[in-house]
Amino acid sequence: MAKVLMKGNEAIAEAAIRAGCRAFYGYPITPQNEIPNYMALHLPERGGVYLQAESEVSAINMVYGAAGCGVRVMTSSSSPGISLKAEGISYIAAAELPCVIVNVMRCGPGLGGIHPSQGDYFQAVKGGGHGDYRLIVLAPGSVQEMADLTFEAFDLADKWRNPVMVLADGLLGQMMEPVEFIDREPQMVPKPWATTGAEGRKPNIINTLDIVPESLEKRNYALAEKYARIADEETRWQEYKIEDADLIIAAYGTSARAARSAVDMAREKGMRVGLIRPISLWPFPSAPFAEAADGTRQFLVVEMSMGQLIEDVRLAVNGRGVVHFINRLGGMVPTPPEIYSKIEAILQGGEVQ
Amino acid sequence: MRVFERPESLTEKQMHYCPGCTHGIIHRLTAEAIDQLGIREKTIGVASVGCSVFAYDYFNCDMQQAAHGRAPAVATGIKRVLPDRVVFTYQGDGDLASIGTAEIVHAAARGENITVIFVNNAIYGMTSGQMAPTTLLGQKTTTTPRGRTVHDNGYPIRMSELLATLDGAAYIERVSTHDPKHVMQAGKAIKKAFTMQLEGRGFALVEVLSTCSVNWGLSPQEALEWMRDNMVPYYPLGVFKDVTREEEQA
Repeated sequence: MAKVLMKGNEAIAEAAIRAGCRAFYGYPITPQNEIPNYMALHLPERGGVYLQAESEVSAINMVYGAAGCGVRVMTSSSSPGISLKAEGISYIAAAELPCVIVNVMRCGPGLGGIHPSQGDYFQAVKGGGHGDYRLIVLAPGSVQEMADLTFEAFDLADKWRNPVMVLADGLLGQMMEPVEFIDREPQMVPKPWATTGAEGRKPNIINTLDIVPESLEKRNYALAEKYARIADEETRWQEYKIEDADLIIAAYGTSARAARSAVDMAREKGMRVGLIRPISLWPFPSAPFAEAADGTRQFLVVEMSMGQLIEDVRLAVNGRGVVHFINRLGGMVPTPPEIYSKIEAILQGGEVQ
Repeated sequence: MRVFERPESLTEKQMHYCPGCTHGIIHRLTAEAIDQLGIREKTIGVASVGCSVFAYDYFNCDMQQAAHGRAPAVATGIKRVLPDRVVFTYQGDGDLASIGTAEIVHAAARGENITVIFVNNAIYGMTSGQMAPTTLLGQKTTTTPRGRTVHDNGYPIRMSELLATLDGAAYIERVSTHDPKHVMQAGKAIKKAFTMQLEGRGFALVEVLSTCSVNWGLSPQEALEWMRDNMVPYYPLGVFKDVTREEEQA
């Protein structure tokens, strides 16, 4: 199939339709508007339902309803809107309903701004809503990955009966790159639990309430056991020039693009630098960091947030290496030269944390 | 000979409702309507949060349990992907008229082809008797211990009248459960609200006035009388919107 030039947001929408998404419930918010716009134009003519909800709160609860019927369903929003969806996401995780939630992050806190940020890392990977639950969180680093990971998100959601979040940012959403869509059928699974009308069978119930502590505790442990299996099977990351590296950068999404260029700049100057790019933010790829942290290496976390990714990197490194930090905030994107300067300061200037 | 029996659309589970509460009657009327229309196997109900939170255990059809106030959004999500199924919500006044105001107004405005059973007992029963958006002026609750005042709490909301102003609403009726005659009328209204959906006419809601004898501090009999004497005057019974009548008149 030929490559087409698309915006990241449009690539997400097109990939979702190809993955069998048959319902989209959304609410406008910048910088993700190309997703609902694309869905409104294309989804109905390709056999799906597009509906603009009255709020993000309603949209996520429409997702709950449709997911409970066994239909592949998606919603998208940006940071403040994801906060509004948080209650519904907790319910969806608790009811073990498969769906895809896209967050094209903008800068915060509060209304913040409309420019790119990675400030919702904690919200995505540590909870966001109430109670003990996990989302599978996938972080694309290019328009191609916006498409690929969205397509795979639907399969993962069905496979694990779990909501999957595609965590992008305003830069990835707005930029245009060539993209080639996955040329395979989505992996559809039977959903005998879905509420489709109890014709010739006992009623199915989609529910998250359980007021008997002994019973709810079991339910919590069952979820935890599922999350452990997901961690075993679905952890993803990409390594770049880390074999001989004295300094390993950790960065995802837009930050990783700048970090990779900085690695090349440093290599040209003879500095041994590499990059580990987490692709699944939950489950977090702790293993490559733990393995690399042999006491001889240093680490540098690059993020567009005020020290969020660095917490998971530190946990993985577990004290066996200094972890440095560089970031930009408020919609500013780190540039390769400024990351390179940091690398130089660490490796040649003897900068300590 | 006709024997009084449990509707097929109710399970055998014993209900948790307090003595004197009319939720059980309203569940039964809803189940009877589903039975009479022969739609149990294609009906998906949406339970809400409040006293009727366990409705999924009582209705013998596919059920989803929604977050507080969001039942109309959940029902919309279901109905849009399964338009040939019958979808209903069962919501109380705190759920529908307070936290879920946006969801119910917009479901009605869209003419969402669903049926809503709205149980109004003028109080939050499940959480121990707090003021509801439909609590009457002067009514004592645990959060209006000296009685609801306009100064502090504003006015009770008449949801049926409000929703009837929306073009998307096809059928809106308020009924009561304070005596057998009115219970019979409530049953007819609920059946009609399902019929409207089967005919694809759009949003249908029946507001059913209901008791909460425990939190009102009254005996079951006194509660029925209080409802008749206090709620019915403020929440007048009747049909506020019926597109089939409008068609007949046109």
